[in-house]
Amino acid sequence: MKNLFKLFSIIILIITSNSNSFAAEKVEYLKTDWSFKGLFGKFDRASLQRGYQVYTEVCASCHSMKYLSYRNLAEPGGPEFSEAQAKAIAASFEVTDGPNSDGEMFTRPGKLSDKFVMPYDNVKAAQAANGGAYPPDMSVLVKARGGGVDYIYSLLQGYEEAPNNVSLDDGVYYNKYMYGNKIRMAAPLSDGLVEYGDGTNATVEQMSKDVTTFLMWSAEPHLESRHQMGFKAIVYLIILTVLVYFSMKRIWSRVESEV
Amino acid sequence: MSNHDYRPKSKVGQWFNDRLPLLTLANHLTDYPTPKNLNYWWTFGGILTFCLITQIVTGLTLAMHYIAHADMAFESVEHIMRDVNYGWLIRYIHANGASMFFLAVYIHIFRSLFYGSYKAPREIIWIIGIIIYLLMMAAAFMGYVLPWGQMSFWGATVITNLFSAIPLVGEGIVTWLWGGYSVDNPTLTRFFTLHYLIPFLILGLVVLHIWALHVPGNNNPVGIDIKKPSKDTVPFHPYIVIKDGFALLMFMIVFAFFVFYAPNILGHADNYIEANPMVTPAHIVPEWYLLPFYAILRSVPDKLLGVVAMLSAILILAVLPWLDTSKIRSAVFRPLYKQFYWILVADVLILGYVGAMPAEGLYLLIARVATAYYFLHFLVILPVLGFKEKTLPVPLSITEPVLGGSPNLAAARNKESKIE
Repeated sequence: MKNLFKLFSIIILIITSNSNSFAAEKVEYLKTDWSFKGLFGKFDRASLQRGYQVYTEVCASCHSMKYLSYRNLAEPGGPEFSEAQAKAIAASFEVTDGPNSDGEMFTRPGKLSDKFVMPYDNVKAAQAANGGAYPPDMSVLVKARGGGVDYIYSLLQGYEEAPNNVSLDDGVYYNKYMYGNKIRMAAPLSDGLVEYGDGTNATVEQMSKDVTTFLMWSAEPHLESRHQMGFKAIVYLIILTVLVYFSMKRIWSRVESEV
Repeated sequence: MSNHDYRPKSKVGQWFNDRLPLLTLANHLTDYPTPKNLNYWWTFGGILTFCLITQIVTGLTLAMHYIAHADMAFESVEHIMRDVNYGWLIRYIHANGASMFFLAVYIHIFRSLFYGSYKAPREIIWIIGIIIYLLMMAAAFMGYVLPWGQMSFWGATVITNLFSAIPLVGEGIVTWLWGGYSVDNPTLTRFFTLHYLIPFLILGLVVLHIWALHVPGNNNPVGIDIKKPSKDTVPFHPYIVIKDGFALLMFMIVFAFFVFYAPNILGHADNYIEANPMVTPAHIVPEWYLLPFYAILRSVPDKLLGVVAMLSAILILAVLPWLDTSKIRSAVFRPLYKQFYWILVADVLILGYVGAMPAEGLYLLIARVATAYYFLHFLVILPVLGFKEKTLPVPLSITEPVLGGSPNLAAARNKESKIE
């Protein structure tokens, strides 16, 4: 039995290390303590709300978030704005609707059920406005990058003067965490860029952490219920396993053989 | 097959059973005499049945919300993850379930290799098993395409392109498979259809697999033929049922850990980027369970020969009962085979590792050596070993040592419990 466990864990270790081993060009990402990691990990509500502020004031001018709706902002497990706040946020955006009975498209203030308004009409428009580079949709961005939250967090703080041996074209910037070190996005954050309502000091580090937390939530909106359910499920399974183990011992004691 | 004279107690039962002997079948399944010395490696058959049913049930539910269209597939998966009630749970069970399925099937296959379960009279069970394994790989590959992420798209492109290696008709076959001149919407819809169909084919084959098993009965760690029923056997219910149940629960704990706490660790990050035919990912890698074969494919410089090598690596297993010339089943009594067995295990793990690495330099060299050894094991070592190896004396029955018999078995059991 013990050996079975060992083999099992070795196999799992090999599998998991395999899937992580692509980062041959390894760089150490910056670390911070994420509240949503671990068995009971939960989002830091205030950080999510600040993160939304950073997203909407800074990132959203180029990056869409097409899978999110304004209602999500008020849902449990997220930033948990009050419904009134979420409605006010939605109403602050102009949404194109229609066609109306005259066959005309029209604009109206956003509603909770609307998806986040996109900064550009289409990919081509986004590329045209950004020197040919398409700012990726941010809905599942942290899951779509190898290092996940640590990578995004580091990237936001990874802008540096390019070393002498690296030449950069116009509109290309040096970032020590970017794959190949060249990035088409200028450093998006600078100290004091946003003014937090709760008085938190808006350093680059703080904003990076807040907006990355927000992006983790946008990619995994059910993370909190997943962790809660997971804990219950595993505790339940362990108790049941123990009970079944003793029943098994009891039943097998009838024959002269070991289990 | 033990109880042909079974008769239900109630009148209704008798009436029904005379017309359709389902109750006789149920009676056979509960009373089925099973060797009492089966260890935990034998519980993976039941675990695999659980995996198949889990995949079918979660798959059906996902199919109710998924949209098989190149423009909508990715979005519909996000819809499942966000807006469908417990959609995230169902999808994570299904996605990780595939990995768990393969983990279990590899343990199941390697158990069979260790204890010689593929040998006469169980060749048909084994061959059906290999067909199931092939279908599993097809189903898993097509399932991975459905979310229409970058790895889906480019994985599909790479794998379907393998058929172009076939001389003369290759290109035509690829166009036919794609339903066009590149992987696109027609490819996605047909993959979805086949992905839905294959599990039911597997289910049918599983029934045959178990039926074929119930003719000769289970092999066992000692690998000898036993009388059934006898002192060497226990009825399937409750003995094996509870033991399989216990093992299944342990398996489910590992499963649950992945689903709830590391749901994306076995997948590739690129698959959360929507498919884009204009952008090729830096490394195109299949899911972990296909990596050993991917390594074999890439270790051969010629495309056609690479495909042939990869297919042979799987198909060679089908003729294994005739490649292994030893009369002794269990590796417990085959000291040399046991060593080669563990070398093979290491070889396959190494192939899996280099399969995930870029095919260049040292990795490529290791892949080539490991590929060569893989075929050497089956084509040379196994046939020769049957004639050359001095095997240990085999006991006459499982209960022998309990009743004060052969010291050989006691020694053998000792070794065996180390493996366990």
